[in-house]
Amino acid sequence: MSTFYFIAFLSVFFSILVITAKNPVHSILYLIITFFTFTIHYILMNAEFLAVVNFIVYMGAILVLFLYTLMLMNLNKESEPHKSILIKIVGFIAGGCFLATIVAALKALHVSQPVILQNPGLGLVKNLGGILFNEYLLPFELSSILLLSAMVGAVLLATKDKESKTA
Amino acid sequence: MDTISHNIQAVPLNHYLLLCATIFSIGVIGVLTRRNAIIIFMSVELMLNSVNLLLTAFSVYRGDATGQVFVFFIMALAAAEVAVGLAIIVMIYRNTNSIDINVLNKLKN
Repeated sequence: MSTFYFIAFLSVFFSILVITAKNPVHSILYLIITFFTFTIHYILMNAEFLAVVNFIVYMGAILVLFLYTLMLMNLNKESEPHKSILIKIVGFIAGGCFLATIVAALKALHVSQPVILQNPGLGLVKNLGGILFNEYLLPFELSSILLLSAMVGAVLLATKDKESKTA
Repeated sequence: MDTISHNIQAVPLNHYLLLCATIFSIGVIGVLTRRNAIIIFMSVELMLNSVNLLLTAFSVYRGDATGQVFVFFIMALAAAEVAVGLAIIVMIYRNTNSIDINVLNKLKN
């Protein structure tokens, strides 16, 4: 139980560092640590499959893509001009109000049963694969089309500039 | 795995809700207060992930594996979204030599 609270503290701490770090590279590295704590949360909930997918897809693919994009545009210093302090304060107030609303709504709920894993095999690959390939076969195949179109779109967007300049 | 899952036996569902709401609102604050387009994009990823965690917590709470399948689809969608979004950011950087979002207040310059 105390493991959960420790990891939860780490998640919140590093996600605050993500949005406050000056250097974008540090920000991405903090985001990697945040996603790693999320992976630990999945393991604590015995969702093995999601832990592995989160580890591979988010930490392995998406954040490396972020790092490469940042490397392509070298903005090590003078990365961003400072936003006016007024807008920052307004942003914090807006986000704080959002959080306060949700917390107040949770207070009104006042029923809090513990999260108990009834079936230990719930998040295992065997169980999830059975559901994925029986009930959700069509969305699974459609997501492959989505990924293909996203890949084609990304290549098209990233290389379009040269053609339009020569034309 | 049995010993690990015994660890969470006593964590109330409300604490998962609080954690995910906190991280989600940190993402909202990041979107509102930063100007770097990549960091805004990362804040959006943070929000997506907090919702994923909450879906998994509810799925474990209800003993229904459908929530975890849904999280898997969200992750596939997020990968596609990141690829297209970063391509757009790269294109913007080539055109304007900056990824400051205040440069983008005109559709045509």
